[in-house]
Amino acid sequence: MARRLNILEHALSSLLRRKQKNLAIIVVYTLTVATIASVLFLTQSLRSEAVNVLAAAPDIVVQRLAAGRHDLIPIADAEQIRRMPGVGKVEPRVWGYYYDSLKKVNFTLMGVKDSPTNLPLLQGTFPANNEQCTLGKGIAEAYGVTIGDSLVLVDSSNSSKLYQVSGLFIADSELLTNDLILLQEAELRRFFKLPDGRATDLAVEVYNQREVATLAKKIKLALPDSRPIGKTEILHTYDTVFNWRSGIMLTLFASALIAFCILAWDKATGISADEKREIGILKAIGWDTNDVLLLKFWEGLAISLTAFLLGAIIAYLHVFFYGAGLLAPVLQGWSVLFPQFNLTPAIDLYQLFVLALLTIVPYIACTIVPAWKTAVTDPDSVMRS
Amino acid sequence: MILNPGILALLLGSSIAFLMLLYAAGLGLKILSAWDPQSSSEQQLLLERKTWLVSTIVNYAFGFVVLSGLLFIYTVEDIHRLFIGAMCATGALNANEIGWLVLLVKIILFFAAALWVSLNRLDQCTEDTPLVRPKYIGLLLLTPLVGLDLLLQYSYFSGLQPEIITSCCGSLFSLGNDSVASDIAGLPPAPTMIAFFICGGLFLITLVLSLGSRQAIFRYLLFFASVLFFFISLLSIISFISLYIYQMPTHHCPFDMLQQNYGYIGYPLYIALFGGCFFGLLPGLCQPLKKNPSLKREIEKRERHWLLLAFFAIVVFLAIVAWPILFSPFILLSY
Repeated sequence: MARRLNILEHALSSLLRRKQKNLAIIVVYTLTVATIASVLFLTQSLRSEAVNVLAAAPDIVVQRLAAGRHDLIPIADAEQIRRMPGVGKVEPRVWGYYYDSLKKVNFTLMGVKDSPTNLPLLQGTFPANNEQCTLGKGIAEAYGVTIGDSLVLVDSSNSSKLYQVSGLFIADSELLTNDLILLQEAELRRFFKLPDGRATDLAVEVYNQREVATLAKKIKLALPDSRPIGKTEILHTYDTVFNWRSGIMLTLFASALIAFCILAWDKATGISADEKREIGILKAIGWDTNDVLLLKFWEGLAISLTAFLLGAIIAYLHVFFYGAGLLAPVLQGWSVLFPQFNLTPAIDLYQLFVLALLTIVPYIACTIVPAWKTAVTDPDSVMRS
Repeated sequence: MILNPGILALLLGSSIAFLMLLYAAGLGLKILSAWDPQSSSEQQLLLERKTWLVSTIVNYAFGFVVLSGLLFIYTVEDIHRLFIGAMCATGALNANEIGWLVLLVKIILFFAAALWVSLNRLDQCTEDTPLVRPKYIGLLLLTPLVGLDLLLQYSYFSGLQPEIITSCCGSLFSLGNDSVASDIAGLPPAPTMIAFFICGGLFLITLVLSLGSRQAIFRYLLFFASVLFFFISLLSIISFISLYIYQMPTHHCPFDMLQQNYGYIGYPLYIALFGGCFFGLLPGLCQPLKKNPSLKREIEKRERHWLLLAFFAIVVFLAIVAWPILFSPFILLSY
């Protein structure tokens, strides 16, 4: 053990003696790690954000399809679904998208009848009459309005309507309510010219999670023109999409990884005459090949761990403090979704393990042969030259 | 195919390990064909130097093989969410049957690789390195196994079809996997439990005897006890250990215990079992090598260490198993 520690000490001091060469490697190595780590961290955090958002989502959403496209569903269907055993509440939801040409952003407008309990309010109240609205934080910030102020929206007959802001949202995850505006349901129907007796979709509550698939089948059987979507399916889809996106990103960065490996190989092969003499002297005073290999192992490990930690820290700052400015547009991929949301840090050991394997293994692989070449140096020939 | 970062890391790492081993096997062939310990020619000197390269490469490659086993399990555990009806790694492995083969190859690789690395260490500590030929023949056999591992992994991951919502209809109706298969498996708990603890006791007794005496017979007995204990333990994990960990009389899954909900208790459990059995096998496997005087010295120097490691690991394993049986409120066998 003491022998190993001594060799480690020698490795560290020899790294410090050749600062410039090793610094160059560490900088490039750190950047490589930081890039790959950013992709991993961002995906993981978007994934857990999606899980958070969907925690409040209904167990099944039933939409109606007409000619293969999404259509309004008759509210009468809700009663039919409610009668199925195992179904809790069935809520017809009325909502739609609203494009604001001034700010060039999309909002979600949703109608409420009474206070929804699954959306915690920051302050104020839910809209009590047709003249009031409740806003998400993002919208309030975009327009610079707060409770008591007015907001102008243009309805589908192109006439402007003034709403008084009666409340602002707070939610565990900003993504959930950031772009949401709540109106009274009757007002929303007038706003979008939606016919009475029809809803955008039905939110179905299922008591036993294991029955979701069976109930979805039953709904499909009873209402052949409907499309039931389970909560877990949305999660699967998010998972798959984020996996796929980050996989594609990582594949693209593979070229960067290869370039880094070539650099590492080059640096490791091109050892200076000084370094050669040092190994020669070490061997002459009694170090054997194994000790030199161990020395090289410690050197490689010290460089790898330094770069790994620095890279992971940079990626952490980049993703969670600076909103992943360099990557978010590619990975997020929602339309002009404006929220300036701060991602909730979600990193587990698995991510770090994967990151280590993706970066340290290639580095080690391309330094083995050069390290061995150094280690088998003949002391006699080196010192004579 | 799922482009999960974990899958990419596994495939990348396995490819690198395989390429490195191919290179090492090429060197190994050269060494095998021209090795002559009596000679002091320049070529022999060169070959002796190359053995260092080969052993370094193989040490790294096998280090990765062990890590990739853990990563494989964790990744399979992680992607189970993509399959409808899959509750844990079992579901993800059922989604493409090759997954079970990958797992099997990885277990075999773990033992083979650990054995190679240990023998190589022994050999390199002696003056005359008597194990060069058997070692390199072993390497030539192991390399295709790592290749097979890579190939199987690739066909497993590329054959996976995650279920996603398509634009025309929900994907709900492709419920294909029978996750029940894992639920009904398992031997009756009471007799398995008796066999498990008897076998564990046997293992520890032969181990203590081996520690106390130098007789070969105890080492061979320990070898057989390790093999027996390994398989009985795997069966017991499915039969009753899992039941106690989950505190549920119907839940037999050997992978759920690797999840966060159970405090990742599966990792120390499996690592202790695999490590303990490996170090239990080692003295018996090395016994025939004692005919060589220089190896005998090295083996006897390390044997005690191996036996103590095996003892410690198996005691940890038994403690993890016995803890919920003794102290949890869950009662499986009563009256």
